[in-house]
Parts: sequence; structure tokens; C-alpha cells
Amino acid sequence: MVSDPGEAGGGTGTPVFDALQEALRADRPVALATVVDGPGVGAKLLVRPGEATLGTLGHPDLDRVVARDAQAELDAGLTATRRYGPHGEAREETVRVFIESFAPSPRLIIFGAVDFTGALAKAGKLLGYRVTVCDARAVFATVARFPMADEIANDWPDRYLAKVGDELGPRDAVCVLTHDAKFDIPAIVAALGTEVGYLGAMGSRRTHAARVARLRDAGVDDAGLARVMAPIGLDIGSRTPEEAAIAICAEIIAVRTGRTGAASLRDGTGPIHVAIPEPRRNSR
Amino acid sequence: MKEVLGDIERWRAGGHRVAIARVVGVDGSGPRDPGATMVVNDAGEVAGSVSGGCVEGAVVTEALAVLSGEKPRGIVSFGYSDDEAFAVGLTCGGTVHLFVEPLDW
Repeated sequence: MVSDPGEAGGGTGTPVFDALQEALRADRPVALATVVDGPGVGAKLLVRPGEATLGTLGHPDLDRVVARDAQAELDAGLTATRRYGPHGEAREETVRVFIESFAPSPRLIIFGAVDFTGALAKAGKLLGYRVTVCDARAVFATVARFPMADEIANDWPDRYLAKVGDELGPRDAVCVLTHDAKFDIPAIVAALGTEVGYLGAMGSRRTHAARVARLRDAGVDDAGLARVMAPIGLDIGSRTPEEAAIAICAEIIAVRTGRTGAASLRDGTGPIHVAIPEPRRNSR
Repeated sequence: MKEVLGDIERWRAGGHRVAIARVVGVDGSGPRDPGATMVVNDAGEVAGSVSGGCVEGAVVTEALAVLSGEKPRGIVSFGYSDDEAFAVGLTCGGTVHLFVEPLDW
């Protein structure tokens, strides 16, 4: 990697920040290293995969070592402070460098342009996801109906996942809201073929029982079925699409963080939508 | 950082100078992770946050001092164990380390 401390900043006088801003706006991965303690406090190095670094921390060897570490942090989605010698020596602690990595937004792919989709897309945006709404029916999946979505895909779920499935990882989520076997069986089967971190499917307990049988027929094994969160969402008694969106997003967070104490609807047996509690009656 | 880009752009277009405060470390229980960012312009306007609202007021003071040249860029810590910071008060009992600098890079 070649260092280019002299890249012009378009006259703003802040070339590193401008390049950082450009990468963030384009949702490209980028890491910013800053000397926070030691000689050269405030010095910057911007690390962009596949591109030359920008700026310098004060010594080419330090730049080289930090660029390597920044790339590793970026891959792992980590942000941390590291200590180095003035020339990047690993066992010294003269220079403290804060390496902030900006990974691209995680993805939330929603299959099914149904009445719950808009609310879930909105909640997904709130959490920082890049949201895709995918439905083969072009009449339903429109920008006008889902202006909050980053992408509308008029495609069959399995065909869409054949295109983007390889890009999905542990930070990403797939929600199947179609509850129509014609769409959701191929969608779930295709999603199970990816590394996606969260896979949820909407539908009643009865719908899901029937779906499990179909998924088994389609060759899905126990390990595959264990990845499917269905009925989708945490058991918080949600009623409206907006409340369901919160229940789903909360479950996505709980799955990502491994908090098994959160009560998923999948692990219970009671009704999904509870009646509004009535005022307490006198016992008979 | 992403959430404050619009404010930074607007302020700079208006001829303001900008200071950036970022969480670079947290000891114990802290409300925001490293990377949380708050920006302050030379008119004292603020965007973003670095805690649950506990230390933001003190950060504005630090940021303005860095912008005016009274203080050099560097690390400022707020936390339970620090007398001055105790007055500011992180309610969660942790210590948060911020790097405060002018946007001149």
C-alpha cells in the first residue's frame, strides 16, 4: 500500500476528513487512525481497503503497522485503542493510536410487501440497517409504498438471495413476512444457504407447524430449523405493525448479542396477539 | 460519526469552525461505546452525543477551549473516580475517555 500524504482536499484544508466523509456517505468500509497520546497527538491515517492510505502518523513504519492493524479491525468490525513504539514497534507503548473502523451498514432484507413491512423497514432504518424490501409482485413492492427502504427488489426471494446471498454475514438479518408457502419456503431455504445472522419468519404457530413440515420435505435438517425464528419476534404482546416491528428488531438484537434470556415467541406456546387486559373482575 | 456529517457540513458552509469529541475508551460501565461522537461549533452549537447526557455540557466547554486554542487537542476523562468529573457525574459509575480536537485534518 502506498502512502499519499499530499492528496489535495479540494481546497477545504481537511483532506483526511473529506475522504472519510466520502467513504461514509458511500457506505464503503473505512478506518480512521488517530494518535491520541504520545508524539504527534492528533495525527491521522485513513485506511481504505484496496486504496492508498491517506495522511501519516509521523513515521512510515508506524503507518505501515497501523494500516495492517486497521485493516484487521475493519474486517472484524472492531474499534479500539492500540499502543505502539514510535516506529510501530509492537512491544512499546509510547504512541497510543485510536483506530475507529466504519464497516458498511448491516443489511435487513424483508421478503414480502405486506402491512407489517413498512413499520419493520422504518425500525430497521432506526437501527442503522440498509433495508431491502423484496417482493415478486411489482404492484405491491413500490418506492411509493416503502419510501424508507434503501432498495426495492421486484424478484422472487430465492432468486434475489442467489444474487446477494454471498454478501450476507452474522451482522445481517432476513425477515420473511410473506406467510405464503409459495414464497416463504424457497425464501427460508435460500436464506439457510447463507451466513446470515438472523432469520425470522412470520406466521401463526399453526402456519409455522405446517411450514416446518414443508421445510423438512425441502430437505432442511434440525440445525437449519433451529436457525429459523418463527413465529417471528419477542413475546411482548405486540398488536400493531409498529409494535410487531419493535418485537422483531428486539429479537434481532437478542440473537446477535446471544441474550437467550429474552423471551422469543418461538420458545413459548401461548397466543401471539394477546387481548388487551381487561380491568380486573371480581372473582366468581 | 455518520450521524453528525450533515451538521458538520452545514456549519462549515456557514463559516464555522468545528471541534470533534470522540469516545476513545470506557472503563467500567459506560453508556456509549468507543467511536461515539459529538461535534461542537465555535458558536457553541452541538450535534451527536458521547454519553447518556451526563457529560455533554462539560464536553462543550472542553471543545470550545480547544477551538479557541486555550487547551491543546488531547484526551479528557470523565468518571466516577475523578473529583472534577464526579461533579459532572456519569450516573452509570464508569469512566469515559474522550479525544477532543479541532476539525483541521
